[in-house]
Amino acid sequence: MQWTDFLKGVVQGREYPNDPELKKKAPELIANCPAPCFGYSVVNQTTVNTEIKEAFPVTFSIALAALIMWLAGGVFFGVIAAVKKGTLLDRGIVAGALVFYAFPAFFIGVFLLKFFAIKWQLVAIPEYVPIADGFGLWLQGLLLPGLTLALLYMAGYIRMTRAFVLESMSEDYVRTARAKGLKSRRVLVKHSMRAALTPLVTLVGLDFAALMGGAIITETVFNYNGLGKLAFDANTTYDLPTIIGLVILLGTFVIVANIIVDVLYAVIDPRVRVG
Amino acid sequence: MSSFLSVRDLKVHFPTVDGVVMATDGLSFELQRGKTLGIVGESGSGKSVSSSAILGLHRKSSAIVSGEIWLDGVDLLQISDEEMRRRRGKDVAMIFQDPLSAMHPYYTVGNQIAEAYLVHNNVSKKAAKKRAIEMLDRVGIPQPDRRVDDYPHQFSGGMRQRAMIAMGLINNPSLLIADEPTTALDVTVQAQILDLLQDLQKEFDSAVMIITHDLGVVAEMADDVLVMYAGRAVEYGKCKEILTHPEMPYTWGLLSSVPDVTGDTSAKLIPIPGNPPSLLNPPSGCAFHPRCTHMDKVPGDLCRTEMPELVPGVSAGEHLKRCHLANPDEIYATEILPEIAPELVEEK
Amino acid sequence: MDQTPTTEPSPQGEGPGTATVAAADHEAPRTTANTKAVLSVENLKMYFPVKSSGLIRRTIGHVQAVDGISFQLPTGGSLGLVGESGCGKSTTGRLVTRLYEPTAGKIEFEGRDIANVSARSLKPLRREIQMIFQDPYTSLNPRHSVGAIIGAPLAIHNILPKNKILPRVQELLEIVGLNPEHYNRYPHEFSGGQRQRIGIARALTLQPKVLVADEPVSALDVSIQAQVVNLLQSLQREFDIAFLFIAHDLAIVRHFCPEIAVMYLGKIVEIADRETLYSRPHHPYTQALLSAVPDVKQAAIGGRRERIRLEGDVPSPINPPSGCRFRTRCSLAQEICARAEPPLLQIGKRHKVACHFPGELGHHPEKPITPRLLGVDDTGAPDPGAAPAAEVGNDPGFSDTWFDLERRSMAKA
Repeated sequence: MQWTDFLKGVVQGREYPNDPELKKKAPELIANCPAPCFGYSVVNQTTVNTEIKEAFPVTFSIALAALIMWLAGGVFFGVIAAVKKGTLLDRGIVAGALVFYAFPAFFIGVFLLKFFAIKWQLVAIPEYVPIADGFGLWLQGLLLPGLTLALLYMAGYIRMTRAFVLESMSEDYVRTARAKGLKSRRVLVKHSMRAALTPLVTLVGLDFAALMGGAIITETVFNYNGLGKLAFDANTTYDLPTIIGLVILLGTFVIVANIIVDVLYAVIDPRVRVG
Repeated sequence: MSSFLSVRDLKVHFPTVDGVVMATDGLSFELQRGKTLGIVGESGSGKSVSSSAILGLHRKSSAIVSGEIWLDGVDLLQISDEEMRRRRGKDVAMIFQDPLSAMHPYYTVGNQIAEAYLVHNNVSKKAAKKRAIEMLDRVGIPQPDRRVDDYPHQFSGGMRQRAMIAMGLINNPSLLIADEPTTALDVTVQAQILDLLQDLQKEFDSAVMIITHDLGVVAEMADDVLVMYAGRAVEYGKCKEILTHPEMPYTWGLLSSVPDVTGDTSAKLIPIPGNPPSLLNPPSGCAFHPRCTHMDKVPGDLCRTEMPELVPGVSAGEHLKRCHLANPDEIYATEILPEIAPELVEEK
Repeated sequence: MDQTPTTEPSPQGEGPGTATVAAADHEAPRTTANTKAVLSVENLKMYFPVKSSGLIRRTIGHVQAVDGISFQLPTGGSLGLVGESGCGKSTTGRLVTRLYEPTAGKIEFEGRDIANVSARSLKPLRREIQMIFQDPYTSLNPRHSVGAIIGAPLAIHNILPKNKILPRVQELLEIVGLNPEHYNRYPHEFSGGQRQRIGIARALTLQPKVLVADEPVSALDVSIQAQVVNLLQSLQREFDIAFLFIAHDLAIVRHFCPEIAVMYLGKIVEIADRETLYSRPHHPYTQALLSAVPDVKQAAIGGRRERIRLEGDVPSPINPPSGCRFRTRCSLAQEICARAEPPLLQIGKRHKVACHFPGELGHHPEKPITPRLLGVDDTGAPDPGAAPAAEVGNDPGFSDTWFDLERRSMAKA
């Protein structure tokens, strides 16, 4: 019965609590939850939709900031490491990336917060500001949490970019490009990197989707009310409707991200294009 | 008359953890404009490595290239990297074995051909594309103005190789290196491509180096032949001379281990025993001696201990061989030819 | 079975001089018309569906990889299948070994149709028909030792108790010219030619009656190719194995097989004994194919021969040309070629050809020879007056009577 109720809510929307007596006496206590309605959190006295609506922009902003930072850094350092393969610079980059990868998220988060924001006061103490309240403020609020996540993910991306670029540099078509007399920078950017970065698209899509529900620790450290923190709190308070709503939402993210990645792949690789 | 291309004592060595791989070790040859040189050898004989060296494709970090490569009066090993880059694709062009992997899957055929023109000529993209269409037309691609926007995977194997040739020839190079240009193709397509290469060579009067393991291709295309084994030339001379009077057991082995479509069906296949040698630890003396079946005809332990020099052969004509055998022409006429082509013996 | 074929100097390098010894009687067993066929294929078809893209993948067409071929493989003999990429020769090999289930047609192995038998009853059959693959680098599992690879069939089919497997594996290694002590090595420790020997040993494990060799030497260096070809020939003699030898290299096939079928776009266009096929081919495609092969000895003594240029590419097998499939590239093509498909007609004792204008190079007939058999006129339009002869072209074997090209009628030897 609960499931049919729940599904009915998803399709039609419903009211909480479903009590005609109460609605007559005190309509202000009735929460209206339009479709698709994921339920009502008794713990937080609000609909799950409202909770998600508030938390989603926070997490999305952090994930987006992290994505841009780790992708830029990962590709940049990865390509440098590949081009300078075997040199000290290459080894330094790979080792540095590994160090950040080895630290847990809470350590990097707390470290950045403690030293950058509090001790040295290089940046303001991070606080989430909606983008509507000012783009600059929004960016500022994302700097440290984004960086925390970016440093974690960057290590993997540096290593993968390095491996993919190295692999593509030994491809026959790169040799062809060199045999044409192209400048080495053009060979690298147009021929090597184009092929090397394609597999990253898949990874980026899936990592981003996973991050939408997985930034629990970072959000807790910086005390940002995002989806991760919402999920964490819901778990500790046995807030079942919220958990169900989040699971469905995050599952949807992964599926949608997969579809987007597939479509992107066709854009990048003409061989996959529909004939 | 000095040669258009003259390679002297070319060495390409790859240092590895296990030691130095001597992929090419002291290779010398000459080539004139309008002529074709066939380089024959098995995998690991150093034939592709040597041609890449002429194009300057070896990375300094992984290979040590020494010797002299004179092209039209310039030693390509002495000029700067930038100068070499400017010649690459313009004076010297290369066609590769597998046209599917040698073309970038993400760019159109036209884009890749035009790119080769753009890099050496100060023209607009539009003009370069027009030139690419002209070249596609010249190499026999139907509807070139439409196919120019196709991706490599939309071409058939033969058409891709034609496109590669168009890319190689777009700047009218004076030296064209074709590295196994037809190995990945079917025989009828191979015949088309070989015809095309010959036509284009006449048209542009270029020097052509054709690298292959197929003696048949060499027989049809080449003026001169260079047989390579373990990084060295073992026989070098006029094509007809080498194919009719080979004087080196390895060349005999190549000829006798491949059947043909016209000879006597009772002709035998005589394999070369053993496997190609390791370039890391080449055999002592003559590199071919562990697989040679004629060592007993050389006095003493010469084959095992001493590397033979590349010296003029017994028969007349420009013909160099690297072998200790004193009377290779007799051995060939009495022992080898009757086995592999009895019908040719009777004619004599 | 303790003798090692002497043809094969082992790759470890026995002394020089052994190479020529066994080549002396290298002739493969001759087949005669009377030899019983171990394998008989009739009107075999394999259509692979082509799916549309998108969520609902409908079948929008078929790749007609093999489209109605018939041939016989004599016991202990060999038949060569040649053709260019995409002609269906490898698919045929996979059909015969039943790695694919054919769309239609019969595959008779020792008198039993195996074209549609179930997976369960296929198992004993797998012992009889084995396959050697083209690429010795990818067809051996790199994580299994050579002994495990070669011994696996014995374990799978419960032929030998566990403790007897190793001696048998060593025996097989010796037969293919490898060191028996190397059974516990892994494939990457061997060279390409040695790996192909391992693949051959694996195929021999169950003592098959038929071996399908799909391009067995094309991935090997030229000097190694002859070693493997000679090994296969001595094995054939020793164990009386019938070979279906699939290759694109016309010279190797000519060397190995007394009888050869030429395929083009899923059809057999000509099948004949090797002397006839290579010296007097009657199909224009066979003629073009042969003229395209570069020939060392000819070129060395008499300059090059004139090549027949084939224009363009092989058409798509999804939508092959009507009538004769070769007509789009054929210099002889006339109206009838587009309208009627030429049957694979027997024109000699052991010679069949599928062409409306069969003849030696330069001597093709002016008028098609087939209209009366097909019940059409010379342009290929249906001729109400003529009654088509009984179905021609699907008989896997050769008959004692055939169509005489000179007299234009059926004749006997």
